Amino acid sequence: MTLTCHPERSEGSPLGTSFPILRRLGRMRSLGFARDDGRIAAVFVAALLVLSAPAWAVNPDEMLKDPAQEHRARELGKDLRCLVCQNQSIDDSDADLAKDLRVIVRERIAKGDSDDQVRKFVVDRYGDYVLLKPPFKMSTLALWLGPLALFLGALWAVLAFYRRRPAEKAAPPPPPLSAEEQRRLDKLLKESER
Amino acid sequence: MIAEIGHFALVLALCVAVVQAVVPLMGARRGNAAWMSVAGPAATLQFLFIAVAFGALTNAYVTSDFSVMNVAQNSHTDKPMLYKVAGVWGNHEGSLLLWITILALFGFAVTLFGRNLPPGLKSRALAVQATIAVGFLAFILLTSNPFARLEPPPINGQGLNPMLQDPGLAFHPPFLYLGYVGFSMAFSFAIAALLEGRVDAAWARWVRPWTLAAWVFLTCGIILGSWWAYYTLGWGGWWYWDPVENASFMPWLAGTALLHSAIVVEKRDALKSWTILLAIVAFGLSLLGTFLVRSGVLTSVHAFATDPARGVFILLLLCAAVGGSLALYAARAPTMKMGGLFSPISREGALLLNNVLMATGAATVLLGTLYPLIADALNLGKVSVGPPFFNAVFLPLMAPMVLVMAAAPMLSWKRGDIAGVLGRLKFIGALALGAAMLVWFLQGGSAGPWWTGAGFALAVWLGLGTLWDMAERIGLFSRPGQALSRAAKLPNSAWGMLLAHFGLAVFIVGLTASSAWTTEHIQTQKVGETVDVSGYGVTLKSVDEVPGPNYTATRATFEISKGGSVIGVMAPEKRMYRQPPRPTTTAAIRSGITGDLYVVIGDPDPNKGGWVTRLYFNPCIPWLWAGGLLLIVGGLISLADRRHRVGAPARAANAAAKA
Repeated sequence: MTLTCHPERSEGSPLGTSFPILRRLGRMRSLGFARDDGRIAAVFVAALLVLSAPAWAVNPDEMLKDPAQEHRARELGKDLRCLVCQNQSIDDSDADLAKDLRVIVRERIAKGDSDDQVRKFVVDRYGDYVLLKPPFKMSTLALWLGPLALFLGALWAVLAFYRRRPAEKAAPPPPPLSAEEQRRLDKLLKESER
Repeated sequence: MIAEIGHFALVLALCVAVVQAVVPLMGARRGNAAWMSVAGPAATLQFLFIAVAFGALTNAYVTSDFSVMNVAQNSHTDKPMLYKVAGVWGNHEGSLLLWITILALFGFAVTLFGRNLPPGLKSRALAVQATIAVGFLAFILLTSNPFARLEPPPINGQGLNPMLQDPGLAFHPPFLYLGYVGFSMAFSFAIAALLEGRVDAAWARWVRPWTLAAWVFLTCGIILGSWWAYYTLGWGGWWYWDPVENASFMPWLAGTALLHSAIVVEKRDALKSWTILLAIVAFGLSLLGTFLVRSGVLTSVHAFATDPARGVFILLLLCAAVGGSLALYAARAPTMKMGGLFSPISREGALLLNNVLMATGAATVLLGTLYPLIADALNLGKVSVGPPFFNAVFLPLMAPMVLVMAAAPMLSWKRGDIAGVLGRLKFIGALALGAAMLVWFLQGGSAGPWWTGAGFALAVWLGLGTLWDMAERIGLFSRPGQALSRAAKLPNSAWGMLLAHFGLAVFIVGLTASSAWTTEHIQTQKVGETVDVSGYGVTLKSVDEVPGPNYTATRATFEISKGGSVIGVMAPEKRMYRQPPRPTTTAAIRSGITGDLYVVIGDPDPNKGGWVTRLYFNPCIPWLWAGGLLLIVGGLISLADRRHRVGAPARAANAAAKA
């Protein structure tokens, strides 16, 4: 449900050199990801409308023979970001870079890496940015603890609200209804029952 | 010429909006009835002018007038008429015009239905409404004119993004905007109430139906978007916690909270200050959603920089609207008198607790959506916040909310008896635990995820708890003879609530099952080959080229069999549009009560011959849509409650007198 970026698919150079992502990002910008007016509009509208180009994602030729290993690869892939896309996991993206990463993940799994080792391998190369679930560390403290702090803060406010109330309760009770008021109330109640 | 009329009408609308924003407000301040009465006619006039502008742009699209730049960039003569019309709002300028049209429509609705409103409140609310209109009209006229001409006009247009050429998506933006902008009503009335310094039950009675209407539209828009994503994106997902989805989900959460706290204001004259704040927040989040999507700040920081005028303008608008209203709130809210008292264990108390959870949920989504921007701005490094984060943090917040939801409608106002209510629900609780164990057993224990049991337990607790509440209300078990007549007497708002809550339970079933037990088969399939998908035999029969109105489709035909006998044919497509040349997928879906068989055709495999096919069984997906539909229907039924029609009681009394 996101914008799929379309780096030219034919130029599928594998991971050979140091940081293919940089080259790709450069290429994307030169593609004019949102350069002229019309494109901006198209991109924004697309974004507004919760869009994506069709995602072919995982292809049969890259899948591992062992279903258990392939399952692990899929689960790992769901948590890894396609770096040239907007908020898509490598599992959902048809970008070349996503494919490269999927292949790397499968290579590591085939070599016997554990899930954590594979994740570490990828993070060592691409940084925390590649993780769709950011790690818990100083720079993400506010993100992870924020919701809890908000909830506790709100609960505290609610408790304070209840504590403040008895003071008001001490106010003298309203005078009882007069006969006339009681008659009108009865009439109203009768009407509403009908 | 017609385009110029549209442009001119927008300028006139801006002038009228300025008058409508200033004169009635001053009139209300000075107690000048004549000045106050300007608001109504001005709102009508403003709506007429904006409608003319909208009509002019629609005309340009329908007639394919490519001398209008907007049309040339987003339309094409080959497009079917539906998408020519939908193209009006399928772009930046046009969608803003739709936004402002809906805003003016709501203002007009106030003049139509608001005859019984106190003149002070009405004129102030319309003035606030007009202030928003001034901001957006200025934005359109200064930075995003949809009527700009192109010289010389091209022979044909560049076409609409094929992804938008879909019935589900053609109607998605109008519903979304009806929701977003609908919250402006609650906002305008909240500001008007703050200016007046008075919030009472009459205020809540007026605000509730409008909030409910906006909420129904927004729910509709979100569900349409999800449904569309489900059948076009080709992997069976329907929600990705994408920033643009979050942009619509945050106002929904705040709006849902507002809907419920407004009940407390109406019935018990309590939580007034909190309700006003929620009204401001709900619309503020709608504006933020518009900003996030329109400024392109989410696409990339660079997109924001390429056209700073637009982004900065909306940012200023957002700051002025939200900052100004919050400042007013801070100044006025403390003077508001607290109303009815209630104990923490009461219906009010339960509604407040759910409001807290809902608001925390909205804040969490906001934090997660903006955190990458914040981290970037503070040089904390680049961070991705994706679905795994939201699932891990948001869903646990919603679980206690669902727990409270089943019991809350059974609690009495002011002071409830929690032990009594839990006693009435103990069978339901036992059934929920039983459902959890059954699900755990059926999925083979830890072979499936641990949370499926929790999901089903919550769904059973809420669903059956709601049904039980309904049964008790109509005395189904205590006095079965009168149950029908009692059911007929139950107010619409009660039925609406019961249906909507039940709908959420149905939705949770779909959410849990489809997240946990989807089966997927990706392979190269040759013609004649059969793949077994959750008991269905899926055979590829043929792949053909089929021409469409403005695309060529590659259509695969699959034969579906179960237990050896053929039960149907499915034909997914892969389309290549001519202008602009982009591919789309259309999945073939066969829905049943247990789930969807979902079939997608991919690229041909050059090595082995045959086609890449993706076959899924997505369990309980129809439950999602059914649950969403129940939410909408529940909202509509509640909206039809006669108590929502101001002045209805008086009319009902007359009718009774005649009878």
